[in-house]
Amino acid sequence: MTKEILLGDEAAALGAVHAGLSSGYSYPGTPASEIMEYLIRISGGGTKFTADWSVNEKTAFEEALGASYAGQRALVSMKHVGLNVAADPFMSAALTGANGGLLAIVADDPGMHSSQNEQDSRFYAQFAQIPCFEPANHQEAYDMAREAYDLSERWGVPVMLRMVTRLSHSRGGVVTREGRPKNPIRLGDRTCWTLLPINARSRFQRLLDLQPEFGRYADASPFNSLDLNPGDRRLGIIASGIGVNYVRENIEGSAAAPSVLKIGTYPIPEGLVRRLVAHVETVLVIEEGAPLIERSLKGLFGIPGKTLTGKLSGHLPLAGELSPESVRKALALPALERMSCPEFELAGRPPQLCVGCPHADTFRALNEALKGRSGATVFSDIGCYTLGWFPPFNAIDTCVCMGASIGMAKGASEAGVHPAVAVIGDSTFGHSGITALLSAASFKARMVVVILDNCTVAMTGGQPSFATGDRLLRIIEGVGVPRDRIRVITPLPKFHEENVRILAEEIDAPGLSVIVAVRECLEEARKKAKR
Amino acid sequence: MITSRKQDIILAGVGGQGILSIAFVIDNAALREGFNVKQAEVHGMAQRGGAVQSHLRLSRDAIHSDLIPKGAADLVLSVEPLEALRYLDYLRPGGRVVSSSTPFINIPDYPKLEAVLGRIREIPGSLVLDSEALAKEAGTSKAQNTVILGAAASFLAVAEESLLEYIKVLFAPRGDKVLGANLRAFELGRKAAG
Ligand code: SF4
Repeated sequence: MTKEILLGDEAAALGAVHAGLSSGYSYPGTPASEIMEYLIRISGGGTKFTADWSVNEKTAFEEALGASYAGQRALVSMKHVGLNVAADPFMSAALTGANGGLLAIVADDPGMHSSQNEQDSRFYAQFAQIPCFEPANHQEAYDMAREAYDLSERWGVPVMLRMVTRLSHSRGGVVTREGRPKNPIRLGDRTCWTLLPINARSRFQRLLDLQPEFGRYADASPFNSLDLNPGDRRLGIIASGIGVNYVRENIEGSAAAPSVLKIGTYPIPEGLVRRLVAHVETVLVIEEGAPLIERSLKGLFGIPGKTLTGKLSGHLPLAGELSPESVRKALALPALERMSCPEFELAGRPPQLCVGCPHADTFRALNEALKGRSGATVFSDIGCYTLGWFPPFNAIDTCVCMGASIGMAKGASEAGVHPAVAVIGDSTFGHSGITALLSAASFKARMVVVILDNCTVAMTGGQPSFATGDRLLRIIEGVGVPRDRIRVITPLPKFHEENVRILAEEIDAPGLSVIVAVRECLEEARKKAKR
Repeated sequence: MITSRKQDIILAGVGGQGILSIAFVIDNAALREGFNVKQAEVHGMAQRGGAVQSHLRLSRDAIHSDLIPKGAADLVLSVEPLEALRYLDYLRPGGRVVSSSTPFINIPDYPKLEAVLGRIREIPGSLVLDSEALAKEAGTSKAQNTVILGAAASFLAVAEESLLEYIKVLFAPRGDKVLGANLRAFELGRKAAG
């Protein structure tokens, strides 16, 4: 037993390693990146277990699923929107089931610190009808990972561990246990793993038949706990994940003494919820993300004779993350006294491209090439270059999801938009852009795709990109873009005029062009120089 | 150093200014001294030159929330003056600010520096120092974060020796020159605080 200080992401990863992990896969994305970063760091260069980045989350999930098929304990980690990408294998893996333990760690980003939307991955676990864990702190993140593998192997189903930004990116102490050995290879049963209708129907029935057992586990799990106050029946709180921390932070040392049901595992522990609700007059539900628990308690008709409060009732905001203050208010406690400070007009400080970033030079050239062309639209994508939306560039018009730029440019071009330009980074192109470019090339869509090859996944801290350099050029040619319509530029101020000319030529040309702007990310170059 | 069962500190600055390095040093110093520690930090997009902060909580007792409640912070340590102002509503009555006076101007609407500094100085017990000049004197303008750490040392609930130990752990791998500059930066910050 040793105590270590770890990021929440690292605690979950270490729990998986000590549970006997064989293989982990992931695609970078805030706030989940540190899970794989840490696994790679402690994998002994892959000698202790496999820990690798994948091309995207779907691929990562399938790689982990393959390891599980082989009887090995496998992990796949991703940010919330990554699970959308991996949703196809995720949903069907609930039917194949897990042979070796299969854990999906999904990190949500309520408040959208570094994301394009808020979504609550607990719904995915509910949708797939698999068990889900939601840690309140670092120790639980560590312990739950181990427990998740035990359940996954006991029931033969994948299990989700749902993290949120504040825990993923907070450091705290973790007492670790002795690790256990990995599983030997033991192949899956072909009847379970071949989801032909004839097999899939029985696998689905099996999943349905397991539900009552999942429910019984939730009611008895040490991660769910009910603390009834016999002396006060007014208020009962249901708090899940890190929500319970804000409750404890606020009621400690105050006169309030509500009954508290802490939830750390799903399906929702029905028995415990019933006992709490029976005991109190008003129920307040506090959960990070969407009102999943609250909505299921409310149903269509509410709870007769009881008052139900939470996000749906307006006691807590529906958008953004919880805070000690918002929970304090929901608990009807007076705000803490603060230092009194006269108002001061604060200027915001949004993130921006590094000084000298190659993207900046590309955007300057692109802006000039598009000047005076009314209706020109730049469909962009997810990465550092999304910051090109801000002044002084104002260079992009859209950012939706990984890879959306190319498909949207094709659709808009076919709807009559000209010039239609897609701007996408090398790693995002590898993740989800290749198939869209295959489509655009097949239809000779009239558009220009600018691929910003900075040789890395920059925004999330410099993970390897798989579609960069020479391989990137071969992919572009391979999907059918004519060789003379693939142009390579170097985004540097001294090549500005030339780059503007090349961009303008391709914009004016019919059909599809791809311009690859190649220059390494400065942060990456700096890191390499340090090594 | 001060004696306290718990301490809540907001660290503030701009992405790239080394907030997380200060956090690393205080975290580990506190752990060594038997404190429980929680430290919420900012990763991802904001690290690209945006406003970043870290909530650092030390306590002899259990720590619940990863975030410091508004009105609970004992200290705001900031490597940038405008960023210091952003978190004043976290301070408890009697809380303190230690801030650099060196602005990091990467936005078009940066307020008048005198107004910013004046505003910090209105806070009783606040300390504003020219971290850039002191860091340069120590050998590298990059050590402004360590200057601020040194200036705050006497207000922290952990001993100076522990801080110095983890400054060594952090900077020794980057070579003697970097380590030496940071040790000097700490010392200059400490002296400037008087
Ligand atoms: S990290 Fe790299 S790609 Fe991102 S803004 Fe900085 S230089 Fe540009």
